[in-house]
Amino acid sequence: MAYLNECHFLNKPTGHLKMQILRLSFLKLNGIKGLAYIALALFSAHALAVEFNAIDIAKSKINFTSKLMGSTINGSFDQFGGVVGFNPDNPEKAKADIWIALASFNAGGDELRDEAQGKEWFNSKVFPRAQFVSETIKKLSANKLEIKGKLTIKNKTLPLTMVADYQAQGKQMIFNGGFELMRLNFDLGAAAWADTKSVANEVPVKVHLVLNPK
Amino acid sequence: MKQRYSHIAISLHWIMAIVVLTTWTIAQIAGGMPVSPDRILAISWHKWLGLTVLWLVFVRLFWRATHPAPELAVRMPAWQERIMQLTHLAFYLLMIAIPILGWLMSSAKGYTVNYFGLFELPDLVLKDKATGSLLKQIHEILANILIGLVALHVLAALKHHFWDKDGLLKRMSFFK
Repeated sequence: MAYLNECHFLNKPTGHLKMQILRLSFLKLNGIKGLAYIALALFSAHALAVEFNAIDIAKSKINFTSKLMGSTINGSFDQFGGVVGFNPDNPEKAKADIWIALASFNAGGDELRDEAQGKEWFNSKVFPRAQFVSETIKKLSANKLEIKGKLTIKNKTLPLTMVADYQAQGKQMIFNGGFELMRLNFDLGAAAWADTKSVANEVPVKVHLVLNPK
Repeated sequence: MKQRYSHIAISLHWIMAIVVLTTWTIAQIAGGMPVSPDRILAISWHKWLGLTVLWLVFVRLFWRATHPAPELAVRMPAWQERIMQLTHLAFYLLMIAIPILGWLMSSAKGYTVNYFGLFELPDLVLKDKATGSLLKQIHEILANILIGLVALHVLAALKHHFWDKDGLLKRMSFFK
């Protein structure tokens, strides 16, 4: 496995030259076996050591559902972005700092969207963005992570745990995560809206992130 | 000769009269309310009662098909009888069309319809703002036509009762 780690430099521009030197030394030392190692190392370096750190916004989605007097209502936030870093070799070292523009709330009709921007809900003029910052990441099983972090909405910061699975698709890395947000914990829906019979407190959120490699 | 509708038919008539008028009244009230839990509650009741009209009208049509209306004992000009028949036909068509248009409109506006919070109904069309406004207009125009016809129906009934004193109302009454 030491070869794999050494070959990380292949990603750097100087990699070609160094690779040549490495190949030569391998040939001298191990002959055919050395070539096989290089082939493996090259392949592995490509497949595993790639760091994903750009969100493909066009393909990513943040969706949620709510219950309005017994009816499921689907919604989304269409403007978000942030900084991520994910290396499938070392998933527990991954980092995410994601913001969501609350003005991009999209659910139901115009009247509902306007209401959501008002003081009793997001108050997005004063607090335009929600933010999630990851803190600790635990690998639950192959391709499955538990991501703990802090979510800030309306200046209230609360811990959040989300379970996400990831999968490589072509050159991209696809993340699907979910969690249940309790809207009242963030003062979403004040005054009469606090009644959970008309709008449920539980808001299941689904995050679909598509990451591009460096 | 039978001069009265069956008890079931009379019950259906009066229950639906109350439900239709309540549904329309709630819509008028909710229309003037700001977005709030109260408005959501009002609109929910509007939808629940509207859907009740929709299934009741089919019960009623089934009943009507299997239990013919009593013959008209009252003599009236042919044109009046024709208008009466057309009005009744329009009632049935509108009581089917208006709730379905309301359901379509709700789907187009992105709101799934449920029935008394017991179960959700499927969305009939994809969410689309223009479609939603168009369906809303048609829903409202037809609803207002229905209420206009109800007014005509009531006035005609009162004319027969107080003006002609021909006892026509007994056909739709439990009382003598």
